[in-house]
Amino acid sequence: MSPAALTAIRLILQRDLRVAFRRPGQLLQPLVFFIMVTLLFPLGVSPELSRLREIAAGVLWAAALLASLLALEFLFREDAHDGTLEQQVLSGQSLTAAIFAKTLAHWLLTGLPLALVTPLAAASLGAPSASWAGIVVAVLLGTAALSLIGSIGAALTLGVRRGSLLLPLLVLPLSLPVLIFGARATQLAIAGAPYLAPLQLLAALAVLGVTLAPLAAAAAVRVSLE
Amino acid sequence: MSAFIHMGGYAAYVWPAYAVTLAVIALNIIGARRLLRRSIARARRRLAVAGEGAR
Amino acid sequence: MAWTWFHRLGSPPYVYALCARLTPWLAWPAALLIAGGLYAGLVLAPPDYQQGEGFRIIYVHAPSAWMSLMVYTVMALAAATGLVWRIKVAHAVAAACAPIGASFTFAALVTGSLWGAPMWGTFWEWDPRLTSELVLLLLYLGYLGLRSAIDDPQRADRASAVLAVVGVVNVPIIHYSVVWWNSLHQAASVMRIGKPAMPPAMLLPLLAVLAGFTLLFAALLLVRVRGEILERERGARWVAQELAQS
Repeated sequence: MSPAALTAIRLILQRDLRVAFRRPGQLLQPLVFFIMVTLLFPLGVSPELSRLREIAAGVLWAAALLASLLALEFLFREDAHDGTLEQQVLSGQSLTAAIFAKTLAHWLLTGLPLALVTPLAAASLGAPSASWAGIVVAVLLGTAALSLIGSIGAALTLGVRRGSLLLPLLVLPLSLPVLIFGARATQLAIAGAPYLAPLQLLAALAVLGVTLAPLAAAAAVRVSLE
Repeated sequence: MSAFIHMGGYAAYVWPAYAVTLAVIALNIIGARRLLRRSIARARRRLAVAGEGAR
Repeated sequence: MAWTWFHRLGSPPYVYALCARLTPWLAWPAALLIAGGLYAGLVLAPPDYQQGEGFRIIYVHAPSAWMSLMVYTVMALAAATGLVWRIKVAHAVAAACAPIGASFTFAALVTGSLWGAPMWGTFWEWDPRLTSELVLLLLYLGYLGLRSAIDDPQRADRASAVLAVVGVVNVPIIHYSVVWWNSLHQAASVMRIGKPAMPPAMLLPLLAVLAGFTLLFAALLLVRVRGEILERERGARWVAQELAQS
């Protein structure tokens, strides 16, 4: 990758983070949503931690999937509205690098905080504190893969009416492997078993996403802005 | 004949499966032909409108 | 020289005429193979030693499942061709594939559930094959939804093409993750498709129906492609000539 592209990535990253911190309310939304969903289950199922522990992995991952989906809509929408994205297409700089930078910023703003609050949610579902480290790593890798997959969906639905209804339909089927491996790693961590194998599969998905998703998302952005 | 329809006790599963598949095939044939017919009609209408415009 | 046939396949009037000419040559063999294969499967094939007469659902389930995957692959290949070389006809092929594939995926899902029901005791079991078909159906629905949500036909073509290519990269990943997930919980599927020990009296009808479904797909595709080409060639002069002849 050329030094110019690296500079572009750094600049876009800085800008996106700065813009996002001007609106902290929007940043907190997915986090609050995540915590709320995980709170619904103890209230809906049972207060017994032993029973909650059995469904904890599934609950955590379904909630994380929905929370990251909620945040996806903001990934490109405002930049497409005010013309920033179009300038990035026309700038002659690699659009793939720009998309990668925006996706990275999006993950730093949603996936990372989500992973940091997971121990709270995990504790409320009866996961022992010894399992938290494994769960946090799994959520870090999983949300990275979800942000990357989601960037394709967000780019495709840019110019679409009713895009917010279409986005889940496009993204959720593609996210299924992340859910499967993430939930399995979490399950094993809670049970105190070795959880490295699903974690490695999760990392493989994230690496595959890093290499392919920005390319596809850049193609989709070009189509959407045509 | 009735033994054939009975399907060794699996009639309730075999016949609906065949019915659904044949229905899907029939709907596909109808749907494809309707798509073509409608496209031709639409193209004809456009041509007629264009012809009047040129006159 | 050798490439002229390929270039001609990018020309809408040529493809339109070719489709019209080829359709009956595919449709009638398809009808014969499907009718013959299903008759042989229902009447001539011996019952399975384990599943009795219930196994006869294989003659509609396996071909439907085969269609669901093959059509998605064809759709993604056509979409990629359209994206890379900007060929209108390729986009027309991809657009024509989606409803066919979605409907046969639905058929595979229903027949799979009916096949499993007597063995499992319920209509739905999280069998890896059925789960994959369900996800495939969602992928088709997403493709159709994206296409119908974009008004501009060229943008709809290109956006859905990106989605189809992304989808086809993910299909094997989804399938193996589902198999991996399922292998933790229960034994392999009851649907032993492609089992090598199948006797010829069972296997031949299946092959006939498989070939018939493939030809049927080709025939349906050709009819739909003509419609899709007409929609993309608004106001082209050859359309006036073509429609004046018929």
